[in-house]
Amino acid sequence: MLEQWAPAIVFLAIAFSVGFVTLFAARIMAVRAKRPSETKTLTYECGEEPAHQAWIRFHPRYYVIALVFILFDVEAAFLIPWALNVRGLGTFAMVEMFLFVAILLLGWVYALRKGALKWQ
Amino acid sequence: MNEALELLANPWIHGFVFGAVIVTALMSVTAYITWFERKFAARLHSRMGPTMVGPKGLLQPIADGLKMIQKEDIVPRDADRLLFNAAPAITLFFALAVAAVIPFSPGLLASNLDIGVLYALAVSGLMGFPVWVGAWASNNKYALFGGMRAVAQAISYEIPMVLSALVPVVLAGSLSIGQIVEYQIEHGWFAFWPPGPGIFAFVLFMLTALAEGNRIPFDIPEAESELVAGPTTEYTGIKFGLFASAEYIHSLLASALGAALFLGGWDGPFGIPVFWMLLKTCMLFVGVTWIRWTLLRFRSDQLMALCWVYLVPGALGLLLITGLYVHVRG
Repeated sequence: MLEQWAPAIVFLAIAFSVGFVTLFAARIMAVRAKRPSETKTLTYECGEEPAHQAWIRFHPRYYVIALVFILFDVEAAFLIPWALNVRGLGTFAMVEMFLFVAILLLGWVYALRKGALKWQ
Repeated sequence: MNEALELLANPWIHGFVFGAVIVTALMSVTAYITWFERKFAARLHSRMGPTMVGPKGLLQPIADGLKMIQKEDIVPRDADRLLFNAAPAITLFFALAVAAVIPFSPGLLASNLDIGVLYALAVSGLMGFPVWVGAWASNNKYALFGGMRAVAQAISYEIPMVLSALVPVVLAGSLSIGQIVEYQIEHGWFAFWPPGPGIFAFVLFMLTALAEGNRIPFDIPEAESELVAGPTTEYTGIKFGLFASAEYIHSLLASALGAALFLGGWDGPFGIPVFWMLLKTCMLFVGVTWIRWTLLRFRSDQLMALCWVYLVPGALGLLLITGLYVHVRG
């Protein structure tokens, strides 16, 4: 266990540090305006003064997509152990998996007919 | 020499040495990929591309990097400073983290996790979220819209990507990328053998990898003509550079993953294994770049319809057929 994960953990630590080291280097090397202007740090909105904040409510279709995503992501999580050992599990597991996917596809058809997967 | 080898046998030191080498190599390769892409795009457009900095413009990436790191760091007044600053570095972290399990040759890999495929998919799927965090933290409407589109696209295409990557897992009966490659060396590359599901899964995998990396034709999140620069609108200098290199690294590692899972990894008729792995990765990456400079972009609704109406059930069917094949043939 540790044999496998120790290198991965060290790798992750190195990968994690790269971005922050670069940001730190940029902090030292980057030029800085002597007299920063007021408008420079304004939020960009094509030259206009920004109207209100951008932290707004967005369209519910994103929530619908997220919900359907969770459904299929959990399904993928259930598929992985089966996929790993198709040879060993035999006919029972095979039929079981077809049933499982068929039930999920019913849900998919329902979402499709309801227009949840339509983007407009 | 022997002492050095003994030191490498220690997993922590092994991880440090290989981690440092692979991460450094990836970062420098990524810099030169920008040069290659500009030259390549220029050829497709009948232009010259970068020519001024160094012979054939070869020093251009270094000049770009120096320029970006010296640029003034502008944080919008209304932004969430902490998240705004952290997001680019974390995006790069998730992009680089995939490389931990990619075997370039039998000995040249950071960590041979026995759940390598799962790890790679999980980590590369996470990359969409820090992009969204950065977009949200910018407090800019273009950035937020771009970020929402990016994350919706990333989670949608993750499902066909996971399902298509499970096809080699079913065929090889292992989640370790190294073992999948070895199985292919013995039985033939999955893209061609067994004929049928492998090639579809391969095409599907590369397609969804394009979409996950927000590359053309799936780059509606940063559609310049409507969203300025998408999630990265407010980012300047090296922070934008980190986002850009994370995107390149993601495409590059997706190509490497595609080469390892479907094209036999380091398998080749002669010579050293690492050469073949790098060659296949480069070929796939050139293909990805070629697509980028050839196609137009899809609309948001076309993108979502393609994924949910066609790719998801298609990938499910493909996986079941592969399972049935393995079950019948044993």
